[in-house]
Amino acid sequence: MDNRERILAIVRKVSNQTAAPDPDESLFDSGFLDSFALPDMVVELEREFGIKIPDSDLHPRKFESIAKIQSYIESRM
Amino acid sequence: MAAITAFGAYLPSRVVTNSELAARLDCEAGWILDVSGIEERRYAAPEDTVASMGVAAARQCLDHAGIKAADVGMILVSSGSSERRFPGPASAIAHALNLADNPGAVPAVDLPIASAGSLFGMAMAASLSAIHGNVLVIASEKMSPIAMREPMERGVAPLFGDGAGACLIGPTIDPGAGAAQILDFTLHSDGAFAEDLRLDFDAPLAMNGRSVILQASRKLPSAIGELLERNGRTAQSVKVFLMHQANQNLMDRVARALDVDGARFYSNIRRYGNTSSASMLIAASEWWRDPGPAAGDLICFAAFGAGFHWGALLVQESVR
Repeated sequence: MDNRERILAIVRKVSNQTAAPDPDESLFDSGFLDSFALPDMVVELEREFGIKIPDSDLHPRKFESIAKIQSYIESRM
Repeated sequence: MAAITAFGAYLPSRVVTNSELAARLDCEAGWILDVSGIEERRYAAPEDTVASMGVAAARQCLDHAGIKAADVGMILVSSGSSERRFPGPASAIAHALNLADNPGAVPAVDLPIASAGSLFGMAMAASLSAIHGNVLVIASEKMSPIAMREPMERGVAPLFGDGAGACLIGPTIDPGAGAAQILDFTLHSDGAFAEDLRLDFDAPLAMNGRSVILQASRKLPSAIGELLERNGRTAQSVKVFLMHQANQNLMDRVARALDVDGARFYSNIRRYGNTSSASMLIAASEWWRDPGPAAGDLICFAAFGAGFHWGALLVQESVR
């Protein structure tokens, strides 16, 4: 699995949805993430990619879409 | 360090149900309960003020402690919903309580810290009691006029309620005297997120809920864990967690992060909503009355709020 597929699997897991959002689609507006699924997703991203996301980087807009998440995660790897 | 002698609380009598608010907010009453865990809240009467509610909570606290107002050496008053820019409610509360035989002898300090203000007040009192003796910490919030300010947001307006809490903290004289000893505390602030939860003058409350929950769900377990580790304790050894009552889902999440049964997190949010900085002391006042601490019990306070300010405070009931 490439990074985008790994992220998509996490989004599906924390949102309990099977659909695939478009890479640039807002995960908040499309109902994949709410305020409480977001911290779950961050925990899963840290575990999956073996990184520690500092609190100072925890701005919801960084995790708005699959593409933004991928860009951020790859910047930390 | 210092000890907690007593708690007190005041809640307005008017109960506002989700059904009453749902009609005004064009949403379902059940939706409010699902997203917040809140079923009803209390709204103060128009003539009630932050100061008058604070006085009522303070009087109950002094009554529970069995001491006279004249024996209080300092008061700290937390509120993020004060009716005016200045003066804050502290001096008015001190005046109404007639704290000292010599008027003006007791310093009365305002802490304009929403949500976490009572925790900061307790921590400051733990240090200042060595100088000032009995320190009365009061948190009073009249959130309803703010929550109902137009344009109302259905994600914000139903969350808040009104109320006040108080806590008396004194210097430790006799560790076996029956008071709860304050073992340690940790306080944190990070202004990088100041815009994410704020109340500007004459404006509705502005809240980036995603940011607040994201940060709180990380920082609260981290602060509690830091405090417990520093004191050689585990989360499982804590009898009860008394948190700022912001959101039931958040409290459940903090419990899971600490690997603790959620039942150990005392909750009254279903009945009172989020009373900002007053909520933690109202919860403590209720829990202390029933079931209350047994000898040797560890109690952990924690709060997170606008600023962001957050922290935790660890207490142990004396072994008599």
